[in-house]
Amino acid sequence: MKNNKIRLIAGLVLAFFGASAALADSIKIGLITTLSTGGGYLGQDVRDGFLLAIKEEGGKLGGTAVEVLVEDDGRKPETGRAIAERFLERDGVEIMTGIIFSNISPVVAPLTLRADRFYVTPNSAPSQFAGKKCHENYFAVAWQNDSLHESAGLNATSQGYKNAYILAPNYQAGKDALAGFKRFFDGEIVGEVYTKLGQTDYAAEIAKIRAAKPEMVFQFLPGGMGINFAKQYDQAGMNDEVPLVLASPSTDINILRAVGASMVGISSSSHWNHDLDNAANKKFVSGFEAAYDRSPTVYASQGYDTAKLIASALAATGGKVLEDMDGFRAAMKAADFDSVRGPFKFNNNNHPIQNWYSRVVVERDGQFVNEITGTIVENHGDAYASQCSM
Amino acid sequence: MAQLYFEQLLNGIQLGMFLFLVSAGLTLIFGFMNVINLAHGSLFMIGAYAIALFHGVTNSFLLALILSLPLVALCAWIIEVVIISRLYTRDHLDQVLATFALILFINEGTTILFGRTPMFLDVPPLLSGTISLFGVVSYPLYRVAIIGAGLAVAIFLWIIIAKTRLGMQIRAGTTNRETVEQLGVNISKLNTIIFVVGAMFAGFAGALAGPLTSVEVGMGENLLILCFVCIVIGGIGSIRGALLGAIIVGVVDTMGRAFVPDLLVKFLDPTYASGISAGLSSMSIYLLMVVVLVVKPTGLFPIIRS
Repeated sequence: MKNNKIRLIAGLVLAFFGASAALADSIKIGLITTLSTGGGYLGQDVRDGFLLAIKEEGGKLGGTAVEVLVEDDGRKPETGRAIAERFLERDGVEIMTGIIFSNISPVVAPLTLRADRFYVTPNSAPSQFAGKKCHENYFAVAWQNDSLHESAGLNATSQGYKNAYILAPNYQAGKDALAGFKRFFDGEIVGEVYTKLGQTDYAAEIAKIRAAKPEMVFQFLPGGMGINFAKQYDQAGMNDEVPLVLASPSTDINILRAVGASMVGISSSSHWNHDLDNAANKKFVSGFEAAYDRSPTVYASQGYDTAKLIASALAATGGKVLEDMDGFRAAMKAADFDSVRGPFKFNNNNHPIQNWYSRVVVERDGQFVNEITGTIVENHGDAYASQCSM
Repeated sequence: MAQLYFEQLLNGIQLGMFLFLVSAGLTLIFGFMNVINLAHGSLFMIGAYAIALFHGVTNSFLLALILSLPLVALCAWIIEVVIISRLYTRDHLDQVLATFALILFINEGTTILFGRTPMFLDVPPLLSGTISLFGVVSYPLYRVAIIGAGLAVAIFLWIIIAKTRLGMQIRAGTTNRETVEQLGVNISKLNTIIFVVGAMFAGFAGALAGPLTSVEVGMGENLLILCFVCIVIGGIGSIRGALLGAIIVGVVDTMGRAFVPDLLVKFLDPTYASGISAGLSSMSIYLLMVVVLVVKPTGLFPIIRS
C-alpha cells in the first residue's frame, strides 16, 4: 500500500513538472483589455479577434505555441497597472497587448517597456508614443489616435462643410481626436466641448449644438457613449437639422444595431470595413461569424491583425521573442503579413501607414451596416512621425 | 436664446425627475430600513433589460413596460428575502460589502445571459419627435413624458405616504422603528414591501431610460452615485427631500455643463478652458453637496428621528 502511494505521488509530481516543461515552450502573451463598462464589447471583440487567429492555427501563432492570459481592466488605470505588474513580474509575459482605452495605456505601456518586453497595441495609440516618447519595442497595429479622426476631418472637408461643432470625452484619446480632426478640417470650429468619460445624458450638449447652428457635428464617443448620443441626438430632432460626420469608433456595427434606423445616412471614415475586397478579410469575417455567431466590429479586425502580425514575427524568429529581441523586433517592423485592410506597413515610429475609406450607413436585408463609398486618402501616416527620433 | 435657456432648464428638470424616480426608492430603503443598498443601480439595469427583452418579443413599448415591472418586482423580492433581510441588524459596512457583491453578481449574470453587446431599444413612435411648448421652445416629446411620469410617481407616493395606513406605518417606522415594532406591526413584511416597491421605482426608471440611453451592463452604476448625492442633499428617508434634492442636482448639473464652459472661455485661454470647464462642470454637484452638508448636515428636508 505504502509503495503504491509513493509511486502515485511521484507520478503526479513528475507529471506536474512535465506539464510545466511543455508549457515553458509556449510564448506567454498578456492581453489586458476592457471587458466591462459601456466599453466592454470593444475589449471583447479585440480579444475574440486575437483568439480567432490562434484558433485558426490550432493554438499556435506562426508555428509557435502561445498562451494568452486575458484580464479585464474595467477602464481603470490602477487596475490595468496591477494586472500588468502581475503579468510582468509573476507570469513571465513576453508580449503585452490588448489595451483599448487611452487612459490606461499611458500607465501600462511604460511599465512594459521599462521591463524590456514588447508592447503591441491593437487599439489605443496616444500621441506621445508616436512622437517624442516613441520606443523600438512599442508597435501600434490599428492606427495612431489622431489619424483616426484626421480621416474624418479630411472626409468633412471633401464633403464641403465650412464649419463644425466638435465633442469628445475629456481624456487623452478625446483630446487626440479633436486635435486630429482640427488638423485636417479646413473649416471653422464653432464649438469644442469635452464631456465626461462614461457620460450617459447628452441633453445639455445637444441643446448647445442646436443654439450654435453649425453646418455639421463631429463627435468621438466610442462604445455605449456613442449609442447614448446617437439616440438622444435623433430624439431631439437634430438628425434632420445638423448632419453628423464621424469616425469609425462612433459608428461601429454594434452602435448601428443598438440605435437602429436613425443612423441611416450618417457618413463616417474608417481604415477597415466588412466589405473590403481582399482574401484575408473575407476569411476573417466569415471565420469570426462562424466562431462567435455575431458580426465583427472594427475592433475585432484590429485584434485579428495584431495576432497575425505577431505570428509573422514568430515565424521569422522561429518562436523566439525575448531570446532574440533584435530578430523579433526587425520581423515585427517588417510587417510581412496579409492585413485584413489591404496594404499595411509601419512608419519610422512603428505606427501604420494605411488607406482611409469613406462610408455611409445603409440598411441591407433588414440589418444596418456601413458601406464603403470611396477612398479618402491613401498611404496616410500620422502627424507625430517626424518628432520620433527612430 | 430663449430656446437655449428654456431647453437647458427643461433638461435640468427632466434629469431631476429621472433622478427622483431612482432616488425615491433608495431614500425609502435607507431611511426606513437603514440599509445602504448599492445594488439599487442594478435594479435600474434589470428594468432596462426587461423592457428591451419584452419589446423584442412583443414589439409594443407599452406592453413591454407593463410586463417589465413584475419581473423587476420578482427579482427584488428574491434579493430581499435571500440577502437584504439578513442585513438589517448588521453594520453599514457589512451592507456595503454585501450589496457591492450583489452588483458584481448581477452584472456578471446579465453578461452571461445577454452578452456584452448593448441591446436595441427605440422610443415608441407615439412618443417620438419634438413638441412645441408654450410656443417658445421645442423639446423632445419623450423627455416631456419622463417629466410627466416623475410627477405622477411623486403624486402617487404622496397619496400613499400621507393618506394611507401603509404610509402611516412607513412614516412611523422611519422616525422610531422600535416603537412601531412594539405596537405589533409586522416589520419584516413591511420591509419586504418597501424594498420591492422601491426597487420597482428604480426598475420603472430603468425601463423609461432604455430608449434614450445605451442598454448595457453597468448602466446603473454612474446613476447610483448621483442618487446618493440627491438623497444626501435632500435628507435621507424623506421623499420630499428626494424630490427636491433630485431637481436641484438635475438643474445644477445641467446648467453646469451648459454654461460653465462658455463662462470660462471668456476669462481663460481656450485650450485650458475646455479641459478645466469639463472637470468643473462634472464637479459642480459634489461641490453643492459639500456646501449643503456644511450648512445643513442632515439635508434640506430631514426626517426628525426620535
